Amino acid sequence: MKAVYEKPKSLTDVVTHYCPGCTHGVAHRLVAEVIDDLKLEDRAVGIASVGCSVFAYDYFEVDFQQAAHGRAPAVATGIKRVHPDSVVFTYQGDGDLASIGAAEIVHAAMRGENITVVFINNAIYGMTGGQMAPTTLVGQKASTSPAGRDPDHSGSPIRVCEMLSTLPGVAYLARVSCHDARGIMSAKRSIGKAFQTQLDGEGFALVEILSNCPTNWGMSPVESLEWVKEHMVRYYPLGEFCTPGEGE
Amino acid sequence: MSDLQLFKGNEAVGEAAVRAGCRHFFGYPITPQNELPEYMSWRLPEVGGVFLQAESEVAAINMVYGAGGAGAKAMTSSSSPGISLKQEGISFLAGAEIPGVIVNMVRGGPGLGGIQPAQSDYFQATRGGGHGDYRTVVLGPASLQELVDMTYEAFQIADRYRNPVMVVGDGVMGQMMEPVVFPDMAEVTDPPDWATTGKRGRDNFNLINSLYLDPEELWEHNRKLNDKYRQMTEKEVRWETRATDDADFAFVAYGTTARIVQKAVEQMREDGHAVGLVRPQTLWPFPQEPFDELSDRVDGFRTVEMSLGQMVEDVRLAVQGRVPVQFYGTTGGVMPDYRDIISAMEEMMRKVGGRR
Repeated sequence: MKAVYEKPKSLTDVVTHYCPGCTHGVAHRLVAEVIDDLKLEDRAVGIASVGCSVFAYDYFEVDFQQAAHGRAPAVATGIKRVHPDSVVFTYQGDGDLASIGAAEIVHAAMRGENITVVFINNAIYGMTGGQMAPTTLVGQKASTSPAGRDPDHSGSPIRVCEMLSTLPGVAYLARVSCHDARGIMSAKRSIGKAFQTQLDGEGFALVEILSNCPTNWGMSPVESLEWVKEHMVRYYPLGEFCTPGEGE
Repeated sequence: MSDLQLFKGNEAVGEAAVRAGCRHFFGYPITPQNELPEYMSWRLPEVGGVFLQAESEVAAINMVYGAGGAGAKAMTSSSSPGISLKQEGISFLAGAEIPGVIVNMVRGGPGLGGIQPAQSDYFQATRGGGHGDYRTVVLGPASLQELVDMTYEAFQIADRYRNPVMVVGDGVMGQMMEPVVFPDMAEVTDPPDWATTGKRGRDNFNLINSLYLDPEELWEHNRKLNDKYRQMTEKEVRWETRATDDADFAFVAYGTTARIVQKAVEQMREDGHAVGLVRPQTLWPFPQEPFDELSDRVDGFRTVEMSLGQMVEDVRLAVQGRVPVQFYGTTGGVMPDYRDIISAMEEMMRKVGGRR
């Protein structure tokens, strides 16, 4: 019998701690598939951040460092500058990347740091129990914005790709969504390009993946994917914002 | 190359680090240590290394985390307010067992404070500064030659224990010039087998991590760390005594202050007073032995610091009430005058002396 679908070699057998229906599992798989496809398992070094993906180091069959909250791009910088021939990627959520780690991501991008960033945007702090994130949509309820995010009080959500797209050091920027099969296939292509950008030495690459959080959004998995499509994609338009070579 | 060279302190630290095999430096500008990153910015590329100016002290220490975890001898430096920002990273280095060297050219605080020399970061340096049960070896040089030697050794100590090491100087140390001899250039070694280099044919993957959610596991991890701290306490402690053999009273001072106290000791000896000096060279581990030895012989200790009194607490813990311990200090960037130090000791001798 010929196997037509297998677990990527770059994923371990450890059962993940992610909630049922969460798209972190999908994103992990896509990253692992790209590592397999590009044969990076011997060169890849991942950086796990703080948040739901804190245990990413248990799930990937590659070298890993766990970083302090928000500091993954700085840690990645340290690794990449020591081993320029390694393939360094961070896996960060929106609280980690767009709030406490805003300075680190902006400056890694500014330097054109030759790393790959996988950015999971699910518009909420998942691990700590559903607090408002910098990416929480206006009107969206969270445990620290019980009446819904009020832009007069908390400002409006950050569009990370649009913000970083102004920086000349950025080589590849894309926003994708994991709410349906088509989006997942597109996400895979973008993650592949983001790693290829690093292999080609083009500079900083980031893929923002719009994701769900059924647990903290208080929805079923299906409802939450529908919500990504109806609400998140509307505020966070999908597409490529930078591709290698175009900024020069 | 064993020639005597005239060097500025901050630059001497840089050259000593290069000699020790450091090829990665991450820093952020702050007075009075700017000559160190400036030196590294041209010196490291000369030897195939990397200097990178980080966006903040927070980022710089986390770059050290990444680089150290990837197996490099990595370093950062700053001065007091910037060292406060690095505390999170230092705690993570200790927790994840990553070697790294942090230099603090201390200036007056708290807050923005000033830019003149101080020793008011002693608590922060020796008590951890960051969160959690951890320790860092803290080296307190008193001359530029010692600054060179200790910077060189800091990398070896960091590697030996897989733990961050701090070198604590002050504004004077950073800015003054003295003749120094540099150690020979150490060979740059391959990354250790635990480093995250990418698997490169290894069967297992390497992990740099400080997270242990299971309390029993975290306790176990802390016990393992504590074993290292115990070894450091036994093997890394250093001090120097001067003129203590027949001393009735002893000063205790470290770093630049010890230099000034040395002048006071010489003057007082000339005037016929039997005084000496205990100079801790490691601020952590703090030397217990000279105090055990001297507490039976001297009538008291006078601790002198450029602070409101920080190391004096360690002196009291070491002396354990056996003889009086008094403090004299200046702070905020004011350096103590040796004549005032003499007056302070004379006052103590009048009040305490003659007990025996």
